[in-house]
Amino acid sequence: MPINHEVSAGMSGIRTAGDLVARAQMAKKLKIDDAKRYVADRLKISLEDLHDSSVMRDIRNELNIGETNARPESAVALLAKARIAELLDIEINSVSKFRNWASL
Amino acid sequence: MAEKYFIRYGDGYGDTMTAAEIREEIDLGTEDAAERGKIPPLAADEREYLLEICTMPQKFVTVDPGKEVVVTNDEGTLKVSTRCGVSIDRTTALMIDEKILCMDTAELAHIDYSFKPIKPIIHDEVCAMHHAQLNTIIPVFYGAMPNLGLYTKPDGPVGNWAELLPAGKIDEAREAQEIAVEHAVKDIVTVAHRMYEAGADGINLDTVGASGDADALAAFKAVKKIKEMHPDFPVEAGMAGEFYLGMHGELEFEGQRLAGLYPHEQVKVAEKAGVDIFGPTVNTNSSMSFPWNIARVVTFIKACAEVSDIPIHPNVGMGVCAMPLTDSVPLDAASRADKALVEIAHADGL
Repeated sequence: MPINHEVSAGMSGIRTAGDLVARAQMAKKLKIDDAKRYVADRLKISLEDLHDSSVMRDIRNELNIGETNARPESAVALLAKARIAELLDIEINSVSKFRNWASL
Repeated sequence: MAEKYFIRYGDGYGDTMTAAEIREEIDLGTEDAAERGKIPPLAADEREYLLEICTMPQKFVTVDPGKEVVVTNDEGTLKVSTRCGVSIDRTTALMIDEKILCMDTAELAHIDYSFKPIKPIIHDEVCAMHHAQLNTIIPVFYGAMPNLGLYTKPDGPVGNWAELLPAGKIDEAREAQEIAVEHAVKDIVTVAHRMYEAGADGINLDTVGASGDADALAAFKAVKKIKEMHPDFPVEAGMAGEFYLGMHGELEFEGQRLAGLYPHEQVKVAEKAGVDIFGPTVNTNSSMSFPWNIARVVTFIKACAEVSDIPIHPNVGMGVCAMPLTDSVPLDAASRADKALVEIAHADGL
């Protein structure tokens, strides 16, 4: 069922900016339009670009915040999240926790 | 002869109706919700658009470009490994969610999906969350149900109100629920705290109110404590049904009686507790048509979205929010439910 919802109405996660909009919504209790506007402003892109997997692939690679395809030197997992936290100016719990544990 | 359109009933079985018949079902559905919830019915243009969605010729429909929303889910990691029986670890399922299924968010969960049984094994769940967070980009919640029924004898410490009430032992049933609430709050808060320390992106309380008003009270009291301890730790609370059954009948959260609350009232209690994302839901009537069910759903959820100050993600799972009551939910109905929820009810997510 989650696949139905993602295809019919979802943002498609890291193919676009779905994870980023979700993080903005979770961190700031933002309604969907406000969450999208927040992310678009932080990334300095248009609202339309947020949903466009072709555009977002280039943007995600340029910012090195992870995408669906495995590429050499592409940020994965926690590395990508550390960049996302800085980019969106929000705290990501796992990034803060692992930074403390690693004494960084 | 008037053209007929394929529709489904709430049990998943298909049938055909004319546009006039579908329109009548929509009218009856929205009026039923309006009467029960004491909320406005859908406006004429909204009913017409719902008719358009119900009669679109495509098997699968989507929201219009630009209207996409973010998706959270319950029991996420169990859907691949346990429900589908694919022999992989739960944390591997999370990577599949992220990179192959392209989910916006994911959820780590245990097969015994309630806070009470998770507390004794929380140390193992913490390790799983560490792995999950090391290997994912998308937000990963930890989720479970308050499931107040688990605190009743013989599995738990208190009397079973479902047995006490029919025996006329009203006071005993109420006392049992009040004690169970305190046990549940401790378990939920303990698990949430450990998951916060493990690096989780949020906690998801699923099927809130499943055991009635005491179940909802336990959830909201727990959320308030979690937010006092960790103000920035996101909490999602998804409801079990469209109103809280008054199994106790007199329980209140900060002055608001819980029994009988509908989604547009529940969300205000959730806000008071500190919930960050609210998951309203509406029961599917398996004997009624999809147009009747979705009209009812959209009426309730639109009223909820209008009064809500926090994002709402309606629960669109099997047997709720117009989804037919079958394990293999037909995508024609499911995708139409999503489109209506986003474009007419103004959901912020699903």
